[in-house]
Amino acid sequence: MTFVSILYGLLFWVATLVLVVGVGRRIYFYTQISVPLKIPTTPAPVTQSGVVWRMFREVVFFQSLFRANKYIWLFAFIFHMALWLVLLRHTRYFMEIGAFLGFLQPFGKYASFAMVFGLAGLLARRILVDRVRYISAPSDFLMLALLIGIGLSGMMMTFVAHTDITMVKGFFRGLMTFDFHPLPASPILLVHLLLVAILMLVFPISKLLHAPGVFFSPTRNQVDNPREKRHVSSWALELEKKNQIYRDEVKNG
Amino acid sequence: MADYEVPKLNGEGYIDIPKIKPDAMAGKGPFVAKPDFQKALNFPTDFAADPEGGYELVPDWKERALAKMDDLRHRYRSLQLYLDICVKCGACTDKCHYYLGTQDPKNMPVARQDLMRKVYRRYFTFAGKHFPKLVGAVDLTEAVIDDWYNYYHQCSQCRRCSVYCPYGIDTAEVSMAAREILDHIGRGSKYNNEIIGKVFKVGNNLGLPQPALADTLEGLEEDVEADTGIKVRFPLDEEGAEVLLVTPSADFFAEPHVDGLMGYAKVFHEAGISWTLSSYASEGANFGMFIGSYENMRRIALRIREAAIKLKVKRIVFGECGHAWRVAYSFLNTLAGPFDFLDPKYPVPQHILEVTWGLIQEGKLVIDKSQNDDKVLTFHDSCNVARGSRMGDKPGGQFEYPRNVIKAVCNHFVDMPADTIHDATYCCGGGGGLLTDDLMELRVKGAQPRMEALKYVTEQQGVTHMAAICAICKSQFTKVIPYYGFKMDQIVSVHQLVSKALVLQRPVSVQARPDEDDDDDEDDNDDA
Repeated sequence: MTFVSILYGLLFWVATLVLVVGVGRRIYFYTQISVPLKIPTTPAPVTQSGVVWRMFREVVFFQSLFRANKYIWLFAFIFHMALWLVLLRHTRYFMEIGAFLGFLQPFGKYASFAMVFGLAGLLARRILVDRVRYISAPSDFLMLALLIGIGLSGMMMTFVAHTDITMVKGFFRGLMTFDFHPLPASPILLVHLLLVAILMLVFPISKLLHAPGVFFSPTRNQVDNPREKRHVSSWALELEKKNQIYRDEVKNG
Repeated sequence: MADYEVPKLNGEGYIDIPKIKPDAMAGKGPFVAKPDFQKALNFPTDFAADPEGGYELVPDWKERALAKMDDLRHRYRSLQLYLDICVKCGACTDKCHYYLGTQDPKNMPVARQDLMRKVYRRYFTFAGKHFPKLVGAVDLTEAVIDDWYNYYHQCSQCRRCSVYCPYGIDTAEVSMAAREILDHIGRGSKYNNEIIGKVFKVGNNLGLPQPALADTLEGLEEDVEADTGIKVRFPLDEEGAEVLLVTPSADFFAEPHVDGLMGYAKVFHEAGISWTLSSYASEGANFGMFIGSYENMRRIALRIREAAIKLKVKRIVFGECGHAWRVAYSFLNTLAGPFDFLDPKYPVPQHILEVTWGLIQEGKLVIDKSQNDDKVLTFHDSCNVARGSRMGDKPGGQFEYPRNVIKAVCNHFVDMPADTIHDATYCCGGGGGLLTDDLMELRVKGAQPRMEALKYVTEQQGVTHMAAICAICKSQFTKVIPYYGFKMDQIVSVHQLVSKALVLQRPVSVQARPDEDDDDDEDDNDDA
C-alpha cells in the first residue's frame, strides 16, 4: 500500500463528497428560489407532458443550439454524446461487466476520439472566432484543457501504455466499501485520475452547473398556460394579502 | 441627418456577422431620471445633480447595489440560474440586432449578461472571491455602473437570444434586474420612469386626461362617420359595456396607430359587441416590465382590474401592442388576477386579433379585400408577441392569427426571410424602453436587421407595406425607416387593413346614444 494510493483514495472520497453535496445543495437552492412570472420562451408547450418533451429535445438533441449555430452544435453534440459513452464504459470500474456493459466497451473505447475531437473543435472556436474569444475568461480555456487532458491521458492508457485495469477496479471498488486497495504505479493513470478529481471538485462552483441547471430554466420548463392557471410566487402573494404595492411597505409595517 | 454612419443595406435579406468593434457604442446612456421621477415609483431619491449636468449616485451606492442584487437573485430563479450556468459557448453572440447593427461586443447577449455576471462572481461566488482574474470577476466600481447604465439600455429585452441559448438564458431577465438595481442607486432612465409616473397620475403614458381623451374619441367618431356615413361609437367610461378595451395610448393619435383603433371600433360595431375604453386604465403599455420592477408593473396592471370592476364589463380585450400583450397574456392573471368576476366563456385577457379572427371565421364580417389591392403586405412579428405570448389555443398561434387576418382582408401577402420572422423575428430596434430620441443612433442601427429583410422582399417580391401589431414597432419604424430609404407611410397597423376592407352592414351602433339624431345638442351636452 503506497502513500500515493492512500492520497488518491482520500482525494476521491473528498471529490465525490464535494460533487454530490455541492451539486445537491445548489439544486436545492434553485428549487427554493421563486419564479414570480410566467416566462417560457414561446411558442411553448401548453401541457406538462409537452414540457417534458421540449426538455428532452433540449438535453438530448440540443435543439436550440442546433438552430443557433451548426458548428457549435456539431462539436458540442459530439463531445457530450461521446462523453456519455465513455462514462458508461467507465462504470466497469465500479460494477461487474454484464452483457450490456460488455457490448458497450468498444463503443466507449473509440468514443474517446470523438470526445477529444469535439473538445478540440470547441477550443478552436474559442481561439479563432473573435466574438467567442472576447467572451472567454481564462477559466473557459482551462475547462476545455482539463477535459482534453482527461481524454488524452485516458486514450494513452487504452491505446498506448496500458495500465493494470484490474488493480484500478480493485482500488475503486475498495473505496466504495471504505477499503483501501493499491493503485498501479502508472504516471499516466495518476495524471488522468488527478484531472478527473479536479473536474469533480470544481463542478459545483463552475459553469459545469449547466448540466443540472438547464432543468430549472424557467424559459424552458414552464407550461404556457398563464390565462388558464394563475401563477403567483410566495413573496408576491404576501403583497396581495397585505394589500400593499411595494415590498418595503410590507417589511416596515 | 445624423452624425453617425447609417448602415448600408446589402439587399440579401440578412446581415453578414460583423467583426467586433470594441466600444463602438460606449457612452453615457439615455437621460437619467431626476429624484422627482424616482419618487413616484418608490425608488430612492437621496441623490443630487452633479456639476457636470448629470446626477450623482446615492450614498453607499456600492453596498446598496450589491444588496439589491442579492435580494433579486433570491427572488428570481431566472437571474440566479442564468448568472450561474452560462458556458460561454457563443451561440447567442450573433443573435442580437444591436450587436449586428453596432458591432459593439458588449451588445452580444452573453457579454451584456457578463457585465453583471462578473460582479456577481466577485462578490457571491467562491471562485470569484478567491480567483477573480481566473474567472473574469471584477470589482463593482463607478465605471462598471456607467457601463451597466449604458449597455443595459442597449437591450430591448426582445428575447431573441433566449430562443437560441441551449439553456434558454434570457438576457431580458438580466437587463431587467440590472435596471431594477440601477433604479435603487439613482440611475433610473428618465424616459421610462417619467412615463410610468404619468400612468400613476393620469392613467396613460401620454398624460392625456379624461376630457382630452373624450374629445379625441369624439373626433374619431366624426372622422369615421364622414368616411362611412355610419356612426361608429368610440365609447369612454361607459358602464355595463361587454368589453373593456385596453390599448396603448399611442392608438389615440399617432399614425398609423390611430387607423388601427378605428379598425377595432369598426369590428366591435359590426359584431354588435358593446365596448368601452377606460380613462382610468387608458394605457395598454406597461413600462414597469421594462425597468424590471414587479411592484410598479403590478401597480399599473391593477388599474385595469379596477377599471374592469368599476365599468362592470364581462371581458377584457387588448389592442395592438407588443410588450403590452406579453404583460397582458403572460402576467396579467399573476399581477392582477384572479378574474373570476368576468365571463368565463372568454380567456382573460383576449387580443383584439383573437376577437377579429374569431368573427371572420364565423362569417360575421363582410370583407372587401380589393380595398387593399393597392398594397403588397408583409408582416413584422413583434418580439414580445412572438417570444413572450400566444394567441388562440395552440403554440404558435401568435404567428398565425395576424397573418390569417391580414390574408383575410388583403389579396397580396408575402413573408420576409425565414430567419427574420416568427420566433426568430428581430426587434424593431426601439423596444424595451428605448423609444426615446436620446437613443436615436442605437435605434437606427438596431433596426438594420429588419430593414435588410424588408428591403429584400421589397426588391424581390414587390412588397409595398409592412404591417405591425405593436405601438412601439409602429412608432420606431415610422421614425427610422426614412434613414434606410423607405417612406413613413409604408408602416401600417393590422387593424388599419381590417378597417379599410370591412364593409359596414350595421346602420346603427348597439351603443347608439338616445339623442343620436340631434347632433348639435348632443355635442353641447358632452362638452358640458
